[in-house]
Amino acid sequence: MADQPTATERFIQGILPENPVLRQLLGLCPALAVTANMKSALTMTGAVLFVLFCANVITSLIRNLLKPHLRIVVFTLTIATFVTIADRFLAAYLYQMSKTLGPYIPLIIVNCIIICRCEVCASKQSVFVAGADAIGQSIGFGLAISAIAAVREILGTGNFFDIPVLPAAWPDWVVMVLPPGAFLTFGLLIGLVNWYETVRAQRPVREVLEPAQSEGA
Amino acid sequence: MTAQGKTHFFSQAWLVLVLAICFGGLLAGMQIVLGPTIEANKINETLERVPELVFGAAHAKELSETGMEIKPLSVGVEKAGKTVRYNVYETKSDGRLAGWVTKSAGQGYADKIEILIGFDPQVEKITGLFVLDQKETPGLGNKILEAGWRGQFLDKSTAKPLAPVKGQAKAGHEIDAITGATISSKAVTDIINTAVADLRQPLTDKAKGQ
Repeated sequence: MADQPTATERFIQGILPENPVLRQLLGLCPALAVTANMKSALTMTGAVLFVLFCANVITSLIRNLLKPHLRIVVFTLTIATFVTIADRFLAAYLYQMSKTLGPYIPLIIVNCIIICRCEVCASKQSVFVAGADAIGQSIGFGLAISAIAAVREILGTGNFFDIPVLPAAWPDWVVMVLPPGAFLTFGLLIGLVNWYETVRAQRPVREVLEPAQSEGA
Repeated sequence: MTAQGKTHFFSQAWLVLVLAICFGGLLAGMQIVLGPTIEANKINETLERVPELVFGAAHAKELSETGMEIKPLSVGVEKAGKTVRYNVYETKSDGRLAGWVTKSAGQGYADKIEILIGFDPQVEKITGLFVLDQKETPGLGNKILEAGWRGQFLDKSTAKPLAPVKGQAKAGHEIDAITGATISSKAVTDIINTAVADLRQPLTDKAKGQ
């Protein structure tokens, strides 16, 4: 346990160094499917934050009781419960949004980000670290899908959060709101992040932010 | 299985069982608390639209303060040996039948299109059209949502089946198809035509009976 990252490290790693979408390439289904506009992207982030936080905390609380060969069953059970709660909550209080997101809220159950965090962090570390990890990873997820959604919504409809930001003369690039737009934006974004990481790695002096730790990550 | 084997089984699985029971209870509680709200949302989504589909948007607002009565009905229509059920909303104003709104669905270009159609009491003309649910192509097929396009269905006679045409609609039963979305336009018109054909008789009978 001595080598495990601290809560602060876990939190920071989730945001960029180990960003779930851009660095670990997990959770791509929602990253491609619900990023046609900012509102759905943020609702999705909220749902993922809720599920990931609850699942991480519960898993961490029972981590000493877990039997290795039954741990995946326990993770899935926990995740499914909180996903169902999130889904019902949206249907009750954000009915239109729940219709827009359709099956993608129930699909959080199979979102690899969450099961990955339960396995990597929550089943080994304390509740506090697991909670910080969940929040960090969710912020990272939110930033990544908001970035995709912002590009797609602005270029595809000329709006940002449904508010017109481009002049009316802007010819809406409909392809951006369609599935190909998701792949194009996502591919370019991954390219950008990889390029940035390469440039950063070549610099002789490393950031003081996360020493040694992130080398192996 | 020996007694020892059974103990072993429970010692392995007790956590899963306990969690399953706790989570099951949590979800049941959730359903009891939120279930009615979710049901109400589904019904309200339709009911809110009914007045303007019968009376028109401007008139519906005035009427909502005075007496207006909406009664949901389920109308069964015998078709090719099967009974097709329609959700029909009977709308009354000052005790007199003002019109009908029916929910109907059909296959669109991408997925099912679900619409609400308003009729006058004798099902002679269309008084309104609203799209409840659709997943048509953004920028093309989803123009069926626009009030401008839906507007051309207003006051259309139901005597002749409606027909979407490319270019300019001339005859009374013709509808301007959306450029680049002929299938979506045709899907909506087909849903309306089917609903009219199925419901004209049962609804006229009901209107007479009053």
